[in-house]
Amino acid sequence: MAEAALDTQTELMTINIGPHHPATHGVLRLVVDLEGEVVRDLKPVIGYVHTGIEKSCEDKSYWKVIPFVERMDYVSYFFQMEAFCGAVERLVDLEIPPRARYLRTIFLELNRIHSHLVWLGTTALDLGAISMLWYCFRERDRILDLFEMACGQRMHTRYFQVGGVIEDIPLGFEAKLREFIAEMPVRVGQYEDLLDRNEVFLSRTKGVGIVPRERLLELGVTGPLLRAAGEPWDLRKAFDYLAYPEMDFKIPVGTVGDGYDRYRVRVAEMVESVRIVEQALDGLPDGPFIADDRKYVLPPRSELSTSMESLIHHFKLVTEGYRVEAGEVYYSIESPRGELGCFVLADGSAKPARVHFRDPSFVNLQAFKDMSVGTYVADMIASLGMLDPILGGVDR
Amino acid sequence: MEVERQSLRGKQLRARDMLRGDLEGEELERYIEEKVVMTNFEKMLGWARSNSMFPLTFGLACCAIEAPISIVTARYDLARFGAEALRASPRQADMTILSGRVSIKMAPVVRRLYDQMLEPKWAISMGACSSSGGMFSNYAVVQGADKFMPIDLHIPGCPPRPEAVLYGFTKLQRKIQGNPDQGWRQRYDASGSEEWARGGPRSEPSPEAAAAYEQARGLIRA
Amino acid sequence: MPDAPGLELIRGEIEGDHPGAVLATSFDRDQPALVVDPAQILAVLGWLRDAPGQGYRFLSSLHAADYLPAEPRFAVHYELLNRDRVERLRVKALLADPAAGPDSPPADGQLPEIDSCVELFPTANFQEREVYDFFGIVFRGHPDLTRILMPDDYVGWPQRRDFPVGGEPVTFTYNERNYG
Repeated sequence: MAEAALDTQTELMTINIGPHHPATHGVLRLVVDLEGEVVRDLKPVIGYVHTGIEKSCEDKSYWKVIPFVERMDYVSYFFQMEAFCGAVERLVDLEIPPRARYLRTIFLELNRIHSHLVWLGTTALDLGAISMLWYCFRERDRILDLFEMACGQRMHTRYFQVGGVIEDIPLGFEAKLREFIAEMPVRVGQYEDLLDRNEVFLSRTKGVGIVPRERLLELGVTGPLLRAAGEPWDLRKAFDYLAYPEMDFKIPVGTVGDGYDRYRVRVAEMVESVRIVEQALDGLPDGPFIADDRKYVLPPRSELSTSMESLIHHFKLVTEGYRVEAGEVYYSIESPRGELGCFVLADGSAKPARVHFRDPSFVNLQAFKDMSVGTYVADMIASLGMLDPILGGVDR
Repeated sequence: MEVERQSLRGKQLRARDMLRGDLEGEELERYIEEKVVMTNFEKMLGWARSNSMFPLTFGLACCAIEAPISIVTARYDLARFGAEALRASPRQADMTILSGRVSIKMAPVVRRLYDQMLEPKWAISMGACSSSGGMFSNYAVVQGADKFMPIDLHIPGCPPRPEAVLYGFTKLQRKIQGNPDQGWRQRYDASGSEEWARGGPRSEPSPEAAAAYEQARGLIRA
Repeated sequence: MPDAPGLELIRGEIEGDHPGAVLATSFDRDQPALVVDPAQILAVLGWLRDAPGQGYRFLSSLHAADYLPAEPRFAVHYELLNRDRVERLRVKALLADPAAGPDSPPADGQLPEIDSCVELFPTANFQEREVYDFFGIVFRGHPDLTRILMPDDYVGWPQRRDFPVGGEPVTFTYNERNYG
């Protein structure tokens, strides 16, 4: 009777958060063991938006794979395109022209700013700073206007092709981009004014979710999470790809590795990305925007009515696609969330035999348990925001 | 219907007659029609429901960035349609926008959330993936949310622009008000190919449309 | 990346400590790869991680590929990265399908097996689960080898080459009506 009183101090309560929950960044399900308000164990259950993209890609010719892989990490779609196109370019040993390298760099960095803006808006929303969402998405809409101007579509633009980019930037794009470049640092300053010294934001992020640097490296975590913990590792500087070797930019590195550091690193990365875009735009070389190799690249449409050979190339590329000799390649770039790697296995036919993406969110999610065990539930939500998982990439 | 224009003096005389109780029959009816907005209860209910929807915050994949996140932001303001109060709990929501691909693991969860919503409820399937599986015709994606739950409105696009979602939203509003809009089918006189919404005052199909629909149904089933 | 002679040196050193571990090397498109005997995979990975002068302490990616119809059919790829020298090295372990045969349906216990490297590289946790989920390759010693992306009760290994892509064909009424 009364003797059988429960010892409520040590009883664990298992609750289920998600997969539908306003504070998850996508359909992430967490099975959390709580002792009071303190998290004792955490198990992420994923797969709720698994789309079988990797399997679908085996069924499509190489250029048809590009729209598929774009839709994995659906906020940083240019990065997936670059990872895949870069991998195939290494497979077929195709060199892209300098203008294409610079254009790709511009769009990648714009996409990085876009991804960080979405992150900042939604994470601040999770933490309670609701008005940040409107400000961040105001800027995001400007970036999407730029994308729409150049690529025709706001998201999932299918702009990168193997060999370069599909179309040159239109007239007026440069002017609009310069307006954006001029205004963006001012806006970032406004975001910092709102959040940097906000007492509630500070108390929710300072000291929250700290994982030591060595543990992060063991867990394979890369990107702003690793840099916030003090490790200056960025694939843009480590490996030379696209136009990054010619750009002058810094890598923001944190000290402690808590939520506040992660926030500061990403905001500083936005400013650095604006600088990169400006330098790339200033130094944009003239020339072709896609490689000349007709075996892999569509000929310009104006030639189709005059040259029989172009017509034949076009027909072959559109119907069957190009064949890639057997081989495998792993190519990785620095996406807003970390190392995005693409493994392509070619077997000599026109369709890839295996496409696999090493997605940064998938690997970074393993650090979530380390970040949250021993903290309060509210801190767990704050850590989840700062972890910045995109479930499309996690589940693929 | 023509409205008689009356001079101010005429209106004053009629008002005096009304007060005295001298207006009768047809004159009285017309007077009341001009002064009082008459409607039936259904229409008013439809108007109220459609202009104060509580959407459920339900984002699955890429379309989630365009809606529910982007349409509540300042440029594509959903608040002007009265639907800014996005509720996180399905018990408090009356509309769900399925934004994104529905994987086979997620489908029972979506169905459960839809079941938890209270009547009247509507579902919008946004984007190609939830309308029909989209580009992902494979083992992992349910080929259209229609397969396991009733959908009231499909919005095509990959992802559809926020303006497209808002246009779809206005169509849903018209549907709730009992006036489903067949859109381009009327404009291009695509008779014989309609599919109609069930229920509501103008939802009976024409005989040709019904016959064509049955024929098409028979072909698919056979 | 270690260049071709560097790769041979690595192979020689591994052979010294663990004879018979490295079956082949390849240097394709500037990417060094070691093909390793699956039974000694932990030894090789541990050596690459800990031997002085090697230091491949970061496992970028662990994934598998199905080389059907080539034999052995499966390969587990380990993409290693030495961050100090900024060098990548790929380690491949080729596994045959024990259920392969003219008339053997895959039964329980007929899945290819390899040792799990979670002890050496904790990042392999989710990635090995994903390989198990999609290819049916069992990692011995993994703390929690369950399906990660597919539903728990799913039957089949989706990313194997002989698994169908699935989906539905689109029915166009015009075609059905006019062309049967």
